[in-house]
Amino acid sequence: MMSLLRGDRGGQVVLSILLAATIVLPLLNLTLPELHPLHVSTYQLNLFGKYLCYALLAMSVDLVWGYMGFLTLGHGAFFGLGGYAMGMYLMRQVGDRGVYGNAELPDFMVFLDWQELPWFWWGFDHFPVALIAIFLVPGLLAFLFGWFAFRSRVNGVYLSIISQAMTYALMLTFFRNEFGFGGNNGLTDFKDILGFSINAQGTRVGLFIASSLAVIASYLLCRAIVKSRAGRVVVAIRDEENRARFLGYRVESYQLFVLVVSAMIAGVAGALYVPQVGIINPGEFSPLNSIEIVIWVAIGGRATLYGAVVGALLISFSKSWFTAVFPEYWIFALGALFVLSTLYLPYGVAGFKRNRVTV
Amino acid sequence: MPIKILKQLILVGMVLIVGVGHSASADQSQANQLIDTLAAQLKDRKTLPSAIDEIAASDASQKRVWLESLLNGRLYQRKSDQKMVLVEKSGSNFLLISAADGSSLGEVGKREVSKIKINNSLRAKLRGAISAMSIQDPDPQARLAAIEQMMQSLGEPEIAAINQQLEIESDDKVKSLLALANQIHALDHGSSEEKQDAIESIGLNTRDDVVQRLQVLALSEDDTVLAEKASTALDKILQRISLFEKIETLFFGLSLGSVLAMAAIGLAITFGVMGVINMAHGEMIMLGAYSTWFIQQAFPGIIEYSLIVALPFAFAVTFMVGVLIEYLVIRHLYGRPLETLLATFGISLILQQAVRTGISSQNVPVSNPAWLSGQWMIDPALSIAVNRMVIFLFCIFVFVALTWLLRKTFFGLKVRAVSQNRQMARAMGAKSSRIDSMTFGLGAGIAGVAGVALSQLTNVGPNMGQSYIVDSFMVVVFGGVGNLWGTLLAGLSLGVANKLLEPWVGAVLAKIAVLVFIIFFIQRYPRGLFPQRGRAAGD
Repeated sequence: MMSLLRGDRGGQVVLSILLAATIVLPLLNLTLPELHPLHVSTYQLNLFGKYLCYALLAMSVDLVWGYMGFLTLGHGAFFGLGGYAMGMYLMRQVGDRGVYGNAELPDFMVFLDWQELPWFWWGFDHFPVALIAIFLVPGLLAFLFGWFAFRSRVNGVYLSIISQAMTYALMLTFFRNEFGFGGNNGLTDFKDILGFSINAQGTRVGLFIASSLAVIASYLLCRAIVKSRAGRVVVAIRDEENRARFLGYRVESYQLFVLVVSAMIAGVAGALYVPQVGIINPGEFSPLNSIEIVIWVAIGGRATLYGAVVGALLISFSKSWFTAVFPEYWIFALGALFVLSTLYLPYGVAGFKRNRVTV
Repeated sequence: MPIKILKQLILVGMVLIVGVGHSASADQSQANQLIDTLAAQLKDRKTLPSAIDEIAASDASQKRVWLESLLNGRLYQRKSDQKMVLVEKSGSNFLLISAADGSSLGEVGKREVSKIKINNSLRAKLRGAISAMSIQDPDPQARLAAIEQMMQSLGEPEIAAINQQLEIESDDKVKSLLALANQIHALDHGSSEEKQDAIESIGLNTRDDVVQRLQVLALSEDDTVLAEKASTALDKILQRISLFEKIETLFFGLSLGSVLAMAAIGLAITFGVMGVINMAHGEMIMLGAYSTWFIQQAFPGIIEYSLIVALPFAFAVTFMVGVLIEYLVIRHLYGRPLETLLATFGISLILQQAVRTGISSQNVPVSNPAWLSGQWMIDPALSIAVNRMVIFLFCIFVFVALTWLLRKTFFGLKVRAVSQNRQMARAMGAKSSRIDSMTFGLGAGIAGVAGVALSQLTNVGPNMGQSYIVDSFMVVVFGGVGNLWGTLLAGLSLGVANKLLEPWVGAVLAKIAVLVFIIFFIQRYPRGLFPQRGRAAGD
């Protein structure tokens, strides 16, 4: 494990802090009395957990943008699909405790006067099925998207635009009531996860730890990929696609592999996010959300992985702070951040340390 | 505004009094006394019919009001002085208006007046008399409206009036409507031969009332010849209606397409010619729409001409905003297209929020001038909204103007030169930085002009630009980057495809289907419908 982080000072620092937080914050929450100055409230812990999901998502974007050069404007789609897979499992766990008390059908289906569970909901009573879907559905979408896009050598701006169209189309689809995923309202009013009450303090702490561990594990996975031979080929493709092709590499296979892994990480991020915020709706697919992820990565610093984590956490915390103190001006600040960071900080926060993007 | 109308009314009144002279109005008021002189006859059921005839034949200006009131049961007699009055219910009391001169006679209890009662045969007589009066109106439009009104329920009295008018009618439109009313009456009440004749002379008329009657006749079992005739005629008419429906769908599609194309033109310039991804493009459209709103707010007296004023104003505003953006941001990002995307997205957020805090986060009302509202009716089954037609034509106009600008002017030559080979163009003396700033300004300005047009079709609010940005990119990429006519064709064909799909699958699914189609299309043909060829295409 340490060999993966060799030469990656930023990664070492970020992972160490993260690991420490994973141990210390839950302890501060569980052991200290509420009025103690160092006490971390469950609400705060939950908020951190949410931001860690964003960090995970940002990392998945960095993998395809920073290392592969595909500026994705549609990663929210994979995040949302993972979230919906988890949401479906949580929905089935509600059982007969819904408003209509129907054990067979989720509330919104009763409301739409549906008679039976549609086939794509089958099996979601079982966590393993949901777990498979969390990886499989975003992965499959990424595979199809990449299969068509990379083989016909769509690249640059065009690729970005069609990835945006993909998430936009998904948003429109999920907004439809007839589609069977709760339409406008999405899935909400969850009760249990794996038998634990979703609002209990212990569950919240568990979800925080899970998110944190997921970030650490994904970091190591991404690091392993970019350090590997395949990772070097991917970077070569980013810098000189044609030359890599002429050297005999199957460019599209490498691209496809990275995209699918990235989509799965985004799906996991979505799946961890949903129980912590208690709702998933089609808004997650909106193109705006996907662009926001990109700015996290841009601010943090591309092609560093840890930069993405730092960027996501930094912007999410400042968003919380701004919206509490100057609610009117957050959008101005975000907009200015977009402009200034592209103009003056092309390598992000991580770029303070070094001036060139290298691996 | 109301004060102005009042002034005009007073003016018109004065002209009438001065122009027509005093004697005419004196005659009128004398003629209007008629109702009171007939009071006794009106009260008696036996003499009532002849009194109605006398009123209908008189030249009293109020005669139509009297007969209508009588028909509606609003004509009463005041017991105290036998005066005829029109009543208006006011709680349990009646408000009285003098029938003779229209003056108010105050509020009285129910007992102080007695109603002029009529029976069914008198009702028919009254309806006939009123119809005859209304279709003698000197204004042909009023005659048309009166006939339409009568066609709701055609009875003998109406037909008599219609036949009478048919003989003296001079206006062709009115004449054919009168004839149609006659034929419809024949379809209802004529003998079998008359019905067949009527079917033949009606021909291909797509009005609802004709279709309904033919449908009934086509099902009649006791007269097979007639039924057959009716059903052949009906088939032809239905064919025509379905043809019109197709034309209408096509028009809706072209209209939607022209909106898409309008929204995309500016992008086609900045993206296609300069290679800059302007995510703030939608906000340029929004600023254009807000310019329209601003003009209408600033000059409320000229709503009719507001769009004409707003067009150059919106162009100027967005042109300047565009040049400013180019100078402050885009200039520093050339050669990094993906990063212009992020920076301009930031700009779009700032512009949206600026409008939200500066004006309002709610939609603002933009009014439509009268000449843009209304329908252009080609056939009873085919009418076209004037504003959509105008926007379609405007879209074509903008494309022609832009093509002219890029193909035939020296500025256009320089723009094309810089877009094809920046180094070489500079070597030939084109000031590329100046050209860039002008081109970006032009793209933004066109978006602003599109915003003016779109303000007539959709809500104007801070978020309106966002709904266009994805669509606009799709259109540009689908049409082939750097190809203006490709953009137009792509916009129109996507619009038509959308509207063709809509009846089958609904609006949202149609949109999704089109999006998915474009995703696959671009993956198959990454350079769009009309790829740029030659060295300019580059890589």
